[in-house]
Amino acid sequence: MNAALSIVDEPLTETVLIVPGMHCAGCMAKVERGLAKLPDVAYARVNLSARQVRVAHAPSLAMPELMSALETIGFASQPRLEEAKAAPSAVKPLLAPLAVAGFAAMNVMLMSVSIWSGADGATREMFHWISALIGVPAVAFAGRPFFSSAWSALKRGRTNMDVPITIGVTLATALSLYETMVGGTTAWFDGTLMLLLFLLAGRVLDATMRDRARSGVESLLRQAASGAMVVTPAGGLDWVSASDLVPGMLMRVAAGERLAADGEIVAGNTTLDQSLLTGESAPIAAAVGAAVHAGTLNIDAPVDVRVTATGKDTSLAEIARLMEVAGQSRSAYVRIADRASRYYAPAVHTLALASFIGWLLVGAGFYQSAVIAIAVLIITCPCAIGLAVPVAQVVACGALMRAGIMVKDGSALERLARIDRALIDKTGSLTLGCPVPDRAAISALSGEQAGIALGLASRSRHPLSRALTQTLTAAGVSPATLDDVTEVPGHGMQGHWNGVPVALRRPDSAGSIAVVLGIGSEPPKLIAFVDGLRPDARDALAALAGSGVESSILSGDNAAAVAEVARATGLTGQASASPTDKAAAINRLQNAGHRVLMVGDGLNDGPALAAADASIAPGTASDVGRQAADVVFLSDSLIALPRTVRAARRTMRVVRQNFALAIGYNVLAVPLAIMGHVTPLVAAVAMATSSILVIANSLRLVGAAE
Amino acid sequence: MTSLATLVPIALFMGLGSLATFFWALRKGQFEDLDGAANRILIDDELEEAS
Repeated sequence: MNAALSIVDEPLTETVLIVPGMHCAGCMAKVERGLAKLPDVAYARVNLSARQVRVAHAPSLAMPELMSALETIGFASQPRLEEAKAAPSAVKPLLAPLAVAGFAAMNVMLMSVSIWSGADGATREMFHWISALIGVPAVAFAGRPFFSSAWSALKRGRTNMDVPITIGVTLATALSLYETMVGGTTAWFDGTLMLLLFLLAGRVLDATMRDRARSGVESLLRQAASGAMVVTPAGGLDWVSASDLVPGMLMRVAAGERLAADGEIVAGNTTLDQSLLTGESAPIAAAVGAAVHAGTLNIDAPVDVRVTATGKDTSLAEIARLMEVAGQSRSAYVRIADRASRYYAPAVHTLALASFIGWLLVGAGFYQSAVIAIAVLIITCPCAIGLAVPVAQVVACGALMRAGIMVKDGSALERLARIDRALIDKTGSLTLGCPVPDRAAISALSGEQAGIALGLASRSRHPLSRALTQTLTAAGVSPATLDDVTEVPGHGMQGHWNGVPVALRRPDSAGSIAVVLGIGSEPPKLIAFVDGLRPDARDALAALAGSGVESSILSGDNAAAVAEVARATGLTGQASASPTDKAAAINRLQNAGHRVLMVGDGLNDGPALAAADASIAPGTASDVGRQAADVVFLSDSLIALPRTVRAARRTMRVVRQNFALAIGYNVLAVPLAIMGHVTPLVAAVAMATSSILVIANSLRLVGAAE
Repeated sequence: MTSLATLVPIALFMGLGSLATFFWALRKGQFEDLDGAANRILIDDELEEAS
């Protein structure tokens, strides 16, 4: 508290930091208190939904100090870039219309109830006028989301669900106003507002789901800090973010780091893992003068790279262009709600027009015919149809999210439910994407040897060493005590164990990924590394096949590596596929009438992920992979695949049932309306019942992800 | 009939009051961080007083 007092006179600066690691009340308290303890900080306030903290502090306190303060309490943070600001929520613009519709509907309903229960003469007229006073502005305000959407659809010569809603609502309001002015017996402000209320509730649910999934994916994206250590002219090292790199800069890339830009090696020899770009899992040796690409993982030794291309000019940009082309086919997909309205809207309008003409023909007055036609219009615009799709999708996405599967878009579930063919990338999708020591080689080590290997490996940050450390620690091995351990870049680790020289180095012949453990004069032990299949891969593929989805492998890796995985999984495969080949393979299947699911993680899968009817990426995927995919699963297990497909199919079943329920209500109510028997009370009761039925039916999806 | 003259304005006033409150809350950013609000209740704040 003192801190706040001491700086109370100074103007405060506000800084927003992104802290992706916060996810509970404990984290919030730690971050807020940790920052508030700094002398120059007035207060810090966490926004958990956005994973951000807003800090008010004296201008003298700089961003790096805040970040290092967070670092000491165990949270990595990044400054919020202006262009990286979270996209505006889709929920917020709908909240005010929803509130207005709710307020107006309740008050007007109050009036209507007394009219139905027999209010007459002057009382009825007064109540109609009050209803009109509340109703007309409320309809104008709360209906805006529908009016604008209908208008933009009509302008492009299309129709969507909002067109019949807009026509119905506008006509009903106009006629009710006329009724009020001439002192008629019925007005439909209540029905109109109720309709808007329920439709808006459906829209808000829909938008909430999209917001949640998107913020989940965004916080994942933020975790991948992309940038490089750059050698300054003075010889120092500076962290420069990828967007600020310019050609000519000298990047120092440590072993285990990814390159942030394309370039040329000017110092050092190393091996590179290009699996993210090409799908090829075997590391490639690179020496001075070699051209290297952004996204490549440096495995062996630190190298200095002269930047030749950044951002839009890198080989990534080529892939991005391919993706743009591929994604166009998907944007042609029409959501089920709009497909339904394509048939529904003309039917409703024809019906209303027909009953208008019909009543005129049988001799009813112009006015009475119009009233009946509008009753038909209102009754055929049931809230239940507006709720049928979003409620089911929100419940299903919530269930999937609890299972660690994030669906980025409601229409993804619709597309997923229709797939009958799956193409799966090998490296990183079928496999874990990082090499792990071969189990046979590990069990062949004696306890002593394993201890020495762990002692050596645990002191290196080389990817292979880290994988070895992880495996040995998990196996319960305790490290041997070693003396003067040193790391020789590009070669390996060496040291002494009880006076005997020991080493963990790279094998002499660079055929496969492996390390050699040498102890004194004993024959050296070769520990091979394999890129292991994801857990449950076989079960997952069997489950997919069981639900009628045939899978095969589509990989950029060489034929031998693909054949090995193909044998292990029992799938057929296509090897050495370039990003263009992958997209082409999908197009071929699509032209043959299949609906294709693409599962991939790498940059090279980007165009294929965008071209497929639906796509899934693991949470460990590259930024491009995660952005292009409809669904991202966070677990290691591949069982998320059949689970998502199953959940999507169940969701679509429920959506269809919802439509049946809503339309069933119409089949009952429309003949009554056409015959002119529908009172507002009957309409309201029927509307509420069908909506509740639809919601209750959708709630059955709570367990959809099991 | 006279009771209506009182009750109708009261009902309208209460409705408008809650609508105004909701708009106030919307503008004040009460809906900015729904997850955070749900979790904040779990934070112990006794340590703050001790220091």
